[in-house]
This record gives sequence, structure tokens and C-alpha cells, in this order.
Amino acid sequence: MINHIDVSSMLRKSVCELYSNLVTRPTGAAVRCEIEQELDRIGDRALTVIDFSHVGLLDFSCADEIVAKLLLQYVSIDAPRREVYFVFRGISESHLEAIEAVLERHQLALVTQHADGESRLIGIIGLEERRAWEIISQLGAGASADVADAIGLTTAAAEVMLDTLWRRRLLIRYDNGYVAVGSATVPTEPMRLDA
Amino acid sequence: MTTIINVPHSLEDKSFELVLDQVAPLPLDEKIIVDTRHARWASPYGLTALLALAQSRAERPVLYVPEAENVSTYWSRMDFFKHAAELYELQGRVRSTKAAESSVLLEVTSISKSDDVHSVVDKIQQRAQDALVKNLNLDAKITMRFTMALSEVCQNIVEHAGRGGWVAVQTYTWRVRLGGRKVVVIAVADPGIGFRQSLESAPGFQRKERWDDGQALEETVMRGASRFRDPGRGQGLAGVRRFVGNWDGKLSIRSGTARIAVLPKGDWDEDEPLVEDLAYFPGAQVQITIPERVA
Repeated sequence: MINHIDVSSMLRKSVCELYSNLVTRPTGAAVRCEIEQELDRIGDRALTVIDFSHVGLLDFSCADEIVAKLLLQYVSIDAPRREVYFVFRGISESHLEAIEAVLERHQLALVTQHADGESRLIGIIGLEERRAWEIISQLGAGASADVADAIGLTTAAAEVMLDTLWRRRLLIRYDNGYVAVGSATVPTEPMRLDA
Repeated sequence: MTTIINVPHSLEDKSFELVLDQVAPLPLDEKIIVDTRHARWASPYGLTALLALAQSRAERPVLYVPEAENVSTYWSRMDFFKHAAELYELQGRVRSTKAAESSVLLEVTSISKSDDVHSVVDKIQQRAQDALVKNLNLDAKITMRFTMALSEVCQNIVEHAGRGGWVAVQTYTWRVRLGGRKVVVIAVADPGIGFRQSLESAPGFQRKERWDDGQALEETVMRGASRFRDPGRGQGLAGVRRFVGNWDGKLSIRSGTARIAVLPKGDWDEDEPLVEDLAYFPGAQVQITIPERVA
């Protein structure tokens, strides 16, 4: 299932009913803990929309606590906490500034989804990896052979690249190939990852 | 023994050095009288630094309040006396505020915990849009960035100072340096441990061959160093640097005996990037200045 987490609600629940701005590190840490508890309830394999639509200000400290530290637990190449994929929605221009800064600092990348449904990859990612993600995204779903043909890599090299993108939780792996995170999050079409 | 500290007519970041030149040589427990009777004007930096000065003294100092009615009224409007009454023994007539002062974006406000930063951010967002966009002709995008910068410099107190500090924000017309252009100024001051001691408290800290307040400021402001090992730390001031750079602003931070400045691209300020061997003052004093946009 696609899960939806409204960050603004997490803020009000965990810190203060009256707050609408994500500022200060303790606030960010409290909100992240709330999100983690929510994720703990939804199983070992999940696709989760993190929605910033109702968040006013997001400062660098909060972006680091909420976005970077959340991702670091789930996109760890060696030992991710669980197989959780994230799509970030409702990201404003000023949110983006803070988020991009922390992604750069931690060498992370994530997928944002915009009102028109278009998904974008932001953060630190190599050109070929970005191209591979875009190919899978455009295809809806694909395998290493599709990427190998399009980029001019061997199938083995393309498989390694897709595996890296999967470990970074930017692609979802299923039996016969991969789906790009973001292309599978149309709200009207829930997707079961554990099917 | 009691020493009288003469406060210049115009009290801002540069002229506050004259105050510190008088205070720094004195023992902490020596009684001082801070004489602002002849003050004609004070920037947010001047007001917040006066409060930090009182906090830094072991013996409660005396403050002779400004004699000029408009100055006293304005300092009241900035809530300066409200806080000063707890730190100084006030002498002289404190005039209460009369009319609302539209140039005050944020009165002098105490910062000691995370909730204080939330309150400041909530308050400034309501007031900043008009002041920055209408009065200073700045792009609407600045409001959120401005508030982010304010949040980050306030958090430095909560996270690093080890004791409470002050913030104030005001717009005014800078008659001398900017030829009548308006500016918005954020001032944050604390009398805490300062940048050098903060970095020295980092696990495994190793003193360099040359290590002083100037080096600590360079490491923190220019290279994003932090006392925390967490690589996510140190981004706040980097963000503030980008913010002032994008809006042709100026960031200056004084700590200990040094002051570092991120200077504007334009030619409206002739400050030095790094000034050292200043009179010692504990903690950190930050000033962000964003000028009006002119066509």
C-alpha cells in the first residue's frame, strides 16, 4: 500500500498544536521520531509519501533532522532499516533550498512529486544513474536490458547501476525488473509492494 | 570601585567597540555604570549587545537611561527596558511607549530555548512580508529565506552559547553608508562560550599551531566546522551565508576578540573580512544586514 504521512500533522502531534513551521533541531528530531513510529506500524516493505504541503517554513536544521536522518536509516546501502521507499510531496521552493543543502551534505538523493504528477530526482546522483532512473521512469517499469540499450552499457553494468539505485531506494525492485519511485505513487492506484 | 562606561551617541556594531574597549580591562566583579544618557540612536545590535554586556558581568551594573525623550521612548518600544530592568539597575526616567513603531519587525526578544525560536519565527512571518517586499522592494521570495536565516542564527544561541541571548530585527534608513537606502537588520547577541570554546569542546579536538578566535570564526563561518561530529551540523551558518550573498547583504559575527564578515558584492560596505585583536567580549554577536533593492 501507499502510505501518506502529513508532516504538518506529525509536527502538531509531536511538538505543539500551534506550530506550523519546521524550525529547530529538537523539533525536527521529534517529528522524525513520530514519522518513524508511523513507519514501524506499516510493515517491512512500504512506499510512503512524505507530504510537506501544509508546512510553512523548513529550516536547515529541521531539513537535516527530518529528511536527511530519515533517509539515512532507510537508504543505507549496507544495512537499511527496512525496505521503505519515499516520495516527497508539497515541496515549495524554500523547502527545496533547505532539502537540497542537506542532501548535498550527506550525499543523498530523493524523489519529489509535483502537483502535475511529474516526479523529479533531486540531490546527489551521477549523470548515468540519473539517466537510468529517468529511463525506468519513462517506461513505467523496466529491466537492466532496457537501460543497457539506452545508455550503451553492458547488461551487467546496467544491472549494477539499477541495483545501486534500488539500494538508494530510488527504484523499487520487483520480480522481473524495476519501477521508478514516484511513477508508482498515483494516489488513485494503490500499489501493493508485498504482492 | 565603580567605573563609568561612556556609551557613544550612536550605538551600533562599530561604535560598540568603544564600549568594549572600556569594559574589557575591568575585573568581572567590578561595578560598572553604563552611561547611555547622551545616546541619540541605537541599532538592534547596540541594544542586544548592551543586554549581553550586563549578562557578562558578575556584579549587576547600573544603566543611566537616555535623556532624550524620543530615544527613551524608542528603546521602550523595542522592549529594551523590559529586559534591561532584570539585568541592570536602571537610573533615570524610562518613558513608556506611545505609538506603534512600524520599523520594528521584532522587539528585543529573549532566546534561551527551542520554543523561543518558534515564537520568533511565527512573529516575524506576520510582519516581514510588508516590510521586506513593500518597503525594501525585495522579491517576495525573500520572506521565507529571511525567516530561515533568523531561525538559524537564533538556534546558535540555543545549541552553542550555553546561556540565553537576545534577538531584535528592525528596518531603518541608512543615511551615511547607503545614501538613504533602507536596510533590514537582524541582530543576535549572547554572552555565552563563543565560537572558539564551542569548537574546543568537540570530541578529539586538536589545537592547531595558530588557534584563536579569528581561526575559530573562519573554521565555523567559512568552512562549516561544528563541535558535533554529526556531518549534518554546521549547515545553518552556511545557509545564512548563501542567503546574504543572494540578496547583496552582509553577515558579520563577532566572538571573543575577532570579527568576521561576509561582505556584500556591492560597494555599500567597506568592512574588513576579518578583524582581530579586538577587546574581549564573551559569546557571539551576529548581525545580518540586507539592503533595499534599487532599480
